[in-house]
Amino acid sequence: MRRMCHFRDPDALRRFSVAVIGLAILWPMMQLAQFDIFALFEDRNLVVFSNFLIQFFPPNLQTSFLVLVLKATIETLAMATAGIALAMLMAIPLGLIITYSLSISRIGPASGHRIARLGRYLARMLMLFLRGIPEIVWALLLVRVFGLGPIAGVLAIAITYGGMLAKVYSEILETENTLPARALLILGSGRINAFLYGLLPGASQELASYTIYRWECAVRASVVMGFVGAGGLGQLMDQSMKMLNGGEVSTILIVFLLLVLLADYISLIIRRQLA
Amino acid sequence: MNHYPARKFCLKCLVTIVLIALFIVASFAYLSLNPLALFTKQAMSDVAIYTSRFFPPDLSSAFLQKVWSGVLQTLAISALATLLAAIVSLFLALPAAGQFGNGAKAVTRFFLNFLRSVPELVWAVLMVLAVGLGPFAGTLALALHTTGVLGRLFGETLENHPPSATQALKLAGASNTQAFIYGALPGIYSQLLSYSLYRWEMNIRMATILGFVGAGGLGQILYYELSLLHEQQASTVIMAMLVLVIGVDMISNKLRRVQMHSLG
Repeated sequence: MRRMCHFRDPDALRRFSVAVIGLAILWPMMQLAQFDIFALFEDRNLVVFSNFLIQFFPPNLQTSFLVLVLKATIETLAMATAGIALAMLMAIPLGLIITYSLSISRIGPASGHRIARLGRYLARMLMLFLRGIPEIVWALLLVRVFGLGPIAGVLAIAITYGGMLAKVYSEILETENTLPARALLILGSGRINAFLYGLLPGASQELASYTIYRWECAVRASVVMGFVGAGGLGQLMDQSMKMLNGGEVSTILIVFLLLVLLADYISLIIRRQLA
Repeated sequence: MNHYPARKFCLKCLVTIVLIALFIVASFAYLSLNPLALFTKQAMSDVAIYTSRFFPPDLSSAFLQKVWSGVLQTLAISALATLLAAIVSLFLALPAAGQFGNGAKAVTRFFLNFLRSVPELVWAVLMVLAVGLGPFAGTLALALHTTGVLGRLFGETLENHPPSATQALKLAGASNTQAFIYGALPGIYSQLLSYSLYRWEMNIRMATILGFVGAGGLGQILYYELSLLHEQQASTVIMAMLVLVIGVDMISNKLRRVQMHSLG
């Protein structure tokens, strides 16, 4: 009897109930996700997949294909750069509108108080809408307006990252030292001047380095967007995958990994230059 | 007197800025994309006509039910994938932290880096080939990528954890695994959980779009409806995505604030 007691877990009831509740949640989830580990080992799937994987070696290194890949790589870089440039064009005015440290109504009674608040609210809503929808969804929608190709990708990056940049710009401007801008505003300067002389000198480096970090993300994202037909390396990869051409896919994957490393490196260099 | 010197002329900054500007111009030129052409009357009216086709969104109860099941499926995919990845990462954390020697560490790190650097969507295409169309492919794809991320984070957490407790157990004769379970795990458990929750949040966002390549969830419904030119239905799905993404964002922000308060 004493030995039995020795092995008893004082926490048994709690552990048991947690396990039961966990299983009760897990089971319907596995049903919903059609979780079926045996599908991995079905003969048909196994044959298709292993044939595809075997083709990965060796990668396709024909000159004609490499030229195509190089063009797509440059296109990807150009898409990311152009997209971020447009995103900045959108983000700077939006970010300035919603920055509280540039709010005139906050330092005292101002005319047009209501309008300013409404404008700020609308700008916030717009930003939420722009960055709430994933970039690939924007790309999918824009491809139907502007046709297959990089333009849809550029605009998708511009829209999503414009929303993100605006939010982060305003956050950076609010966490910097806001006293100079406030002093300028109280002395009667305009908001643009208060921003240029009061906030920008302190915040410029952080703003720039965040923008470059986003550029890096855009390079990565532009690959993914190609899968809905928005140009760049992704579109090439999508085509090769649909034709089950493993050699081409592995070449593109290798180039993609190198490209991401390169983007990392470039952004590191630029950030160091700006420091 | 407290005069700050005016900033000196900085050649390096100037060169960097000019180079960046050149790159931007070159990009637009390479894509033969004239930003002004996007604002012509023709383009504007095209966009307006296309946008108007999304209204009004389809709010019939039959379709809302379909979207709701899509939302549930998206949540299930992301949760299962995160759970799978967390379990696998727990096992990979030991070799990744160098507990089984440097050779195992290098191999595991390389493997994790590989898993992580292939984007989720590419994994999804591969998994659709491996297990067929459907949400299970999405689950596997997300799990693979997340394993790469979590495995590295778990390994780093383990490495940074002070080794005294583990060492004591090992000196008393415990094996590597036993020392990990009783010496390190209780201390790093909460950190691992918070990493997993953070990844879950990102995976929910990812799971909404994996459907574009046929891997289930909301994205699959959206892709299907758009292919059939059912824009009104598509706009309902997009709204559901927006609500899901913003909702997750708000909840996680709130939780993070609560956590920060409780930590002091």
